[in-house]
Amino acid sequence: MNRDLIVNLVIFALLVAVALGAHVAGQGFTVTLATKAAILGLAGVGLNLALGYGGLVSFGHAAFFGIGGYVTGIFASHAANGDPILTLPFTLMGSNEMLGIWPMAMLAAALAALLIGALSLRTSGVYFIMVTLAFAQMIYYFAISWPRYGGEDGLSFYVRNSFPGLNTFDPIQYFAICAGLLALALLFTAVVTQSRFGLALQATRQNEQRSTAVGIRATPVRLTAFVLSAMITALAGALYADLNRFVSPSMFSWHMSGEIMVFVILGGVGRLCGPVAGAAVFILLEHLLGPVSDHWQALLGLMLLAIVLFAPGGLIGLTLKALRRTEHG
Amino acid sequence: MSAFLELDGVTASYGTVQALFGVSLRLDEGRVLALMGRNGMGKTTTIRCISRLLPHKGGTIRFRSSNLAGLNAPRVARLGIGLVPEGRRCFAPLTVAENLTVAARPGPWDIPRVVRLFPRLGERMGQVSRTLSGGEQQMLAIGRALMTNPKLLVLDEATEGLAPVVRQEIWEGVRRLKAEGLSILVVDKSLKELASVADSAVVLERGQTVWTGGLEDLTPEMADRWLGV
Repeated sequence: MNRDLIVNLVIFALLVAVALGAHVAGQGFTVTLATKAAILGLAGVGLNLALGYGGLVSFGHAAFFGIGGYVTGIFASHAANGDPILTLPFTLMGSNEMLGIWPMAMLAAALAALLIGALSLRTSGVYFIMVTLAFAQMIYYFAISWPRYGGEDGLSFYVRNSFPGLNTFDPIQYFAICAGLLALALLFTAVVTQSRFGLALQATRQNEQRSTAVGIRATPVRLTAFVLSAMITALAGALYADLNRFVSPSMFSWHMSGEIMVFVILGGVGRLCGPVAGAAVFILLEHLLGPVSDHWQALLGLMLLAIVLFAPGGLIGLTLKALRRTEHG
Repeated sequence: MSAFLELDGVTASYGTVQALFGVSLRLDEGRVLALMGRNGMGKTTTIRCISRLLPHKGGTIRFRSSNLAGLNAPRVARLGIGLVPEGRRCFAPLTVAENLTVAARPGPWDIPRVVRLFPRLGERMGQVSRTLSGGEQQMLAIGRALMTNPKLLVLDEATEGLAPVVRQEIWEGVRRLKAEGLSILVVDKSLKELASVADSAVVLERGQTVWTGGLEDLTPEMADRWLGV
């Protein structure tokens, strides 16, 4: 087994071990923290596909996170009230089945990403960052000013959606769902990035001109990656909505986009489990330092600065380097 | 008979600076044409026009009787022009096998055949390409172009800055490709090595074709004037 695979497995195993350990010790709150790490890690895994492998610095992934969340909230609230979401052009009823909601959340995000990507991928660099940010902010302000679903106050639904055969209210069972989806997303990313499509994506990041000279059309490759990336992040948004049984416009805010980006950079850009490690460390810091000071993010900022300056491979890059050093004496 | 690749009076500019003032050349199928000239005379610019990395302004470029004007770079690569860019530009973070796979198009060229041409690549398949030696990177760049199953291979300064032994290995590979009937457009500075493989030559000076003919007809005076050798 190669070192990368071992590090990835260890990170995932640690997350599961923390949740199981907390469950056995009867600490439901810690299980929920681990669930949150799994969900935010999943959002980061989505962004990593675009940012890490494709070099597409999207500062608007909160849009997809929020779309996933709102689709969940809207379906759940309509299911509770029993009124249809749409009557024209077809009748669409609410639902409280996760297996029905997830595809809808991912589909909605895919459509949004297709539109946002088709326009923003005409630009690159700083302009790409700004255009993606602008789209996310548009959706943010739209959510604030849309009274139908709570506007600024957000939308609560009191019952967590259900999953066949499981009790989703039990923290450890909900963790199992989230960790299972995270594992699937990681597997999907591993397969996709090793496929010819994934290699082409990495080639366009490395050098667009060089890749066109071997016959790769950069824009369709990037757009596909952007859409897949959005769908994964939307799934995380759907899980996050169910975790809190509440969605609010803050899911669309640029803080959220920034946080997802922080998970990726902290853990390691373009590393399979980087965003998971990043999200876990983020949650850990928030939990440990949050009660000490409201300004705990200042420390996070310093950490991020140190990573960017001295360890561009993130926490995973640092770990791999340390492992190599011990192996070679 | 219409030519395999034909450039007629091609002009091109970088912004407001004109670089090509009328490049004409003709390459027949299965032949090897050397594109020569001193630094800055327009060799690489000509190649960039052929592979559509730079749109030309005037004149015509025809490849297998289709006009390349208006086509983009990926389209031309799929039409069968395999570019080996100057400075052995591999996809640095990808492994040798990944560099080859990413370019693959259906046809007779596959990874085993590339390895038969450059056996050294076979020993390096899992290695990240930025850690290869210069010569190995050049072999990989040629192999990557071959994986697109080109009908025309374009080599830009394929042996520049390489050790003599490695150069010989690469020239040997090019001769084998020629023997297999591949059409090749080659830019290089080494007259002696070009003479061993090229059927004819075109000399550029200040963005214009100034001479066309067989390499054996190039007199020492001409070589001195145009190539500075």
